[in-house]
Amino acid sequence: MADPRIALERITKTYGGHQALADVSLQIAAGEFVALVGASGSGKTTLLKTINGLIKPDSGEVRIEGESVGDLTPHLLRRRIGYVFQEVGLFPHLTVAENIGITPKLLGWDKARRAVRAAELLDLVALPQEMGGRFPAALSGGQQQRVGVARALAAEPHIVLMDEPFGALDPLTRDSLGDDYRALHERLNLSTVMVTHDMTEALLLADRIVVVADGRLIADGTPQALAASTEPEVAALLAAPRRQAERLRARLGETA
Amino acid sequence: MSPQVEAAFARLPEYLAWHVLLSASALGLGLLISLPLAVAASRNRHIRWPVLAGASLIQTIPSLALLALFFPLLLVISAASEDLLGYGFSALGFLPALLALTLYSMLPIVRNGTTGILSVSPAIIQAAEGVGMTPRQRLLQVELPLAAPVIMAGVRTAAVWTIGAATLSTPVGQTSLGNYIFSGLQTENWVLVLFGCGASALLAMVTDQLLGLIEAGAAKRDIRRAAIGAAGILIGIIVALTPLISFGKPASYVVGAKNFSEQYILAEMMAERIEDLGGEARMKEDLGSAIAYRALASGELDVYVDYSGTLWANVLNREDNPGREAVLEELTTELAERDGVLVLGSLGFENAYALAMRQDRATALGIESLDDLARRSGGLTMGGDLEFFARPEWTAINEAYGFDFRARRSYQPTFMFRAVTSGDVDVISAFSSDGRIAADNLVTLADPRQALPPYDAVVLIAPDRVNDARLLAALRPLIGAISVEAMRDANYSVDRDVDKLRPVEAARSLSQTLGLD
Repeated sequence: MADPRIALERITKTYGGHQALADVSLQIAAGEFVALVGASGSGKTTLLKTINGLIKPDSGEVRIEGESVGDLTPHLLRRRIGYVFQEVGLFPHLTVAENIGITPKLLGWDKARRAVRAAELLDLVALPQEMGGRFPAALSGGQQQRVGVARALAAEPHIVLMDEPFGALDPLTRDSLGDDYRALHERLNLSTVMVTHDMTEALLLADRIVVVADGRLIADGTPQALAASTEPEVAALLAAPRRQAERLRARLGETA
Repeated sequence: MSPQVEAAFARLPEYLAWHVLLSASALGLGLLISLPLAVAASRNRHIRWPVLAGASLIQTIPSLALLALFFPLLLVISAASEDLLGYGFSALGFLPALLALTLYSMLPIVRNGTTGILSVSPAIIQAAEGVGMTPRQRLLQVELPLAAPVIMAGVRTAAVWTIGAATLSTPVGQTSLGNYIFSGLQTENWVLVLFGCGASALLAMVTDQLLGLIEAGAAKRDIRRAAIGAAGILIGIIVALTPLISFGKPASYVVGAKNFSEQYILAEMMAERIEDLGGEARMKEDLGSAIAYRALASGELDVYVDYSGTLWANVLNREDNPGREAVLEELTTELAERDGVLVLGSLGFENAYALAMRQDRATALGIESLDDLARRSGGLTMGGDLEFFARPEWTAINEAYGFDFRARRSYQPTFMFRAVTSGDVDVISAFSSDGRIAADNLVTLADPRQALPPYDAVVLIAPDRVNDARLLAALRPLIGAISVEAMRDANYSVDRDVDKLRPVEAARSLSQTLGLD
């Protein structure tokens, strides 16, 4: 069997007495879209950041496409992995096109190749070409996060990590960006790991949902499998989306 | 244009050039040191406090004192380097001024740099890490560009401070726009003082505006605006420095002068005589009393005039008073043995410390001597020049006569005379060759106990010029040639309020009167 794209083996991480991750193992294959779900402080973001080396585990091993992260130079590793997070973090002194082209630039791509790539990505995330010359401050929140996604994809990574990527957006934008990203994920055969506290979002976008609580993985499966779970904490997490769906059906009638 | 202003303009290219060279070098050096410090302080909070506190501490030292402190420090370092490496350097002039101003420029740059880097939002730092930047790339491509407007604001503040403080480098022997201010203050030439202040303020304003363009350019990401500002600064520096290509070459003879009119006049006179014999002469004016002798002994100066009593007390640390001739003789042998300095001879007059009072007041109180003064001192106020109360002469007369003044005040000499004529003080520390004694109707008080040492004006020659035939030939005719009356007149022609002469004019007129030209 080929190596999984991402393999976490027996990861632990402790912050000043508080155990953020306790003996966590997880494997993610090519093409999988995994949602890490849990309450705040459950350790899901810590888990995500061990994948691109932003956080170094106390023990255990992280392997990316068969290579141990401990043996890789951190900044070189990160250039191979797309990273999208809630605050977006676009560089305000660079244009949209320059923001998109930043990782390719760090990788030494020439200017012409970066320009072509920025234009492709603007199309890919459904932004008009003329936006490439603008500065981030001139864009709406949704547009900024589209640029954030484009920046993450610019250097053609196989893996994209997302930390509450759509959390700060209005519901409509959130919905369309989520759908658009899911389409990109399939088209580019990515492995995506998305941290969210919103179970509904996880159910709608992910192939596989991993539930994190107190630094441990308490459930791991497809949305259907999770729905059948008898685990009380998992059931509690699913209760809210279920109730919402029922209420919506009741209020909107058959069409919902 | 009045001749005074015309004369001031004539010296502007040289003064401005040095001022710009000094300020720009200090600011450049300050940036080179401060930026890495700011980066380090922003990275590590353990060094942040010491760095910022240190920079603030430097700022609390009065800038004049900071400049003055570098002279003895450099003297020690220079001596050590000469011992160890066989190579010494100048402890006077450009170097102490540069180092002091560099330190002075650091606080705003370090503080704004640290704040600027720390205020880059955490999300952007996270993004920089996430896209795979190294710490160095993060600094150069993200943090510094984003902090640039704040850093530039700090550079602007530093530039204005540095240009202003550079005027204070005149007393350590570095030519600057401060030469107008210090000479003007000494000779009560307020036009000159205003001219110096105006020139320095104008320079600071223009620099501030040009740096402002760079700051605005950085903030609005407007490369064109920043480029115009940078080009303006660069062109300004180049244009200002062109006169130095001719002024800057080392003159063959450096003539020193302390900070009062008699010294300016005598220095001008000596410089002119050196030039008459085909030498090139350059003046270093407004030197502190203690600095001048050390500068001569270490070869910074080639020649200057000092006073036997001053050297006796301050250089040889002697408190006794064996009499005028003995002091002069012993001084000549001691200075030659100790430092290799040649006492060429006395100019022929004394400029002794003498306590002086208004004629009418002295008569009314029946005071003729220091003994009389001591009896009445409980009800009187004493004014001294800035150094008098710290000098051994004060200790000597105080011990000999036992004064008990109601109050003591220190003045810059010009204002000291104003204070005694207006009655703010009753008695002052004057100099016997000062033209203002007669002009202001003052009397000098007798010193029956001979507590004050003699003060013959003597010409001192630096060790490495002792055998310089041209220099000696130029200066020998001055020995014994100047009477106290002639010197008093010359001094007064510079110090008086109307029909003031410039020191160079007074020097020429004195030469003519004495038949030395």
